[in-house]
Amino acid sequence: MRTLVKRHVLTAYAMLALAYLMLPIAVVILFSFNRPAGRFNYVWQEFTLDNWLEWDDVLGIRSAVVTSLQVGVLATLVATVLGTLVALAIVRHEFRSRGATNILVFLPMSTPEIVLGASLLTLFLNLTSVFTLGFWTIFIAHVMFIVSYIVVTVKARLIGFDRHLEEAAMDLGANEWMTFRKVTLPLLAPAIVAAALLGFALSIDDFVITYFNAGGSQTFPVFVWGIARVAVPPQVNVVASAIFIVAIVIALANVFWQHRSARRAQGAV
Amino acid sequence: VPYLLLAPGLFWLAVFFLVPLGFLGYESLQSGIFPNFEFTWEFSNFSDALSDYREQFARSFLYAGIATVAALLLAYPLVYWIAFRAGPWRNLFLLFIVAPFFVSYLIRTLAWLNILADEGPVVGLLRGINVLGEGEGLLFTSLAVIAGITYNFFPFMALPLYVSLEQVDPRLLEAARDLYASPVQAFLRVTLPLSAPGIVAGTLLTFIPAAGDFINAELLGTPKQQMIGNVIQAKFLESLDYPTAASLSFVLMALILAALLVYARIVGTERLTG
Repeated sequence: MRTLVKRHVLTAYAMLALAYLMLPIAVVILFSFNRPAGRFNYVWQEFTLDNWLEWDDVLGIRSAVVTSLQVGVLATLVATVLGTLVALAIVRHEFRSRGATNILVFLPMSTPEIVLGASLLTLFLNLTSVFTLGFWTIFIAHVMFIVSYIVVTVKARLIGFDRHLEEAAMDLGANEWMTFRKVTLPLLAPAIVAAALLGFALSIDDFVITYFNAGGSQTFPVFVWGIARVAVPPQVNVVASAIFIVAIVIALANVFWQHRSARRAQGAV
Repeated sequence: VPYLLLAPGLFWLAVFFLVPLGFLGYESLQSGIFPNFEFTWEFSNFSDALSDYREQFARSFLYAGIATVAALLLAYPLVYWIAFRAGPWRNLFLLFIVAPFFVSYLIRTLAWLNILADEGPVVGLLRGINVLGEGEGLLFTSLAVIAGITYNFFPFMALPLYVSLEQVDPRLLEAARDLYASPVQAFLRVTLPLSAPGIVAGTLLTFIPAAGDFINAELLGTPKQQMIGNVIQAKFLESLDYPTAASLSFVLMALILAALLVYARIVGTERLTG
């Protein structure tokens, strides 16, 4: 009896904790349907769809969203290529500076964002003849802080990689490049895609590093910061909700897909 | 071959991570007023940074420390439940933990403004049961800032915890029970020590960004709750006092490093005696 109660106490706690995690998300989505009375969207007034229908009715919000997407896609592409190559080198090859390489990859992840942003800004400010603050400095900053996460994600997959498959391809007469293209890359693809999605999410979400290096450009978080002290239009909630819904649908699809393939694998045995 | 693969990625990290740290150091030893700074080996910047902003440094570490402990206590039972009780749907529940990341950091912090507002449900409830008096609120207090930090960095605590708890072999627990350990003893002697790597990793991943945070103090607090991140941000971007901002950044990194060393010692000795 006592263990039964205990078991349910733990389950009840877990549900409460999950509710706590979901609460702000629910509030963001709920208030995207609110018709606020003043400039701030903090008190529930009445239900409306207007904010969704006219999501770009706020000066600057559309260009900020576009900038966020552009930076996100470009930085993710570049960082994914760079990071995957580094991961391949670290796992596949012996070289003398491997320890130092690992540290260099790990350091940006364990440095407070504000230090990353501030130090990059001093670089740009000291080399004004080369760099102008704006879209490209945001891009440079994003690639810098995403690369490490890509390396770590792809590396995890490479470590569990069955190298016999590559040996088999080589035995069947494939050269190194063919083997890489036809065997290694397809097998790595899920990890690379997962890493890229993570990178994109990090890029879209980043505020601190971007804020330091944005100059006059605005990504969506920088835009929100700029207006948060003056007014928070419900359109901000609309964009945030839309990003959340797209992300959660992709993630859910992934979970169900994994669940199904796991069950299928079990069935095959 | 390895150097060819490494070159582009490491070049990027070297030029846009290491070199900037060098520039930050160079900046921190300058003196003067914007835009006329001069490199003068101004080491007093560091001692000034520490003495002028001792309060904000102390608050940053206090808030980050409390938030880290709170996140650990909140996350551990939840992650334990997911790892041992959630069955085949573990990945789904794990997704719930990461879900806050899909809402922009600033916006989920702004959502706490709605939740903790004086007209909101939480304050209403607390006033109803007389925890808060009329006219007392939660927003713009230290509590609100710490709660915001706890929430925002919760996934950084939960994920490494999950990774280590998931690897605990349930047979070890059965063995402990067979040897007449009570559930509590089995937890304390088997599960908890085995999850120690997750606790350590989660603590670091939560504490480091929390100590440098300024969003929560800015949105959920008042100038009385300012952390060192707020000062660095304002010095860099508003008052354009780069030398002070740069030396503050360095002192922050040094203090975090020192905290990590102390932590490593404690964890290390505990493991030795445990």
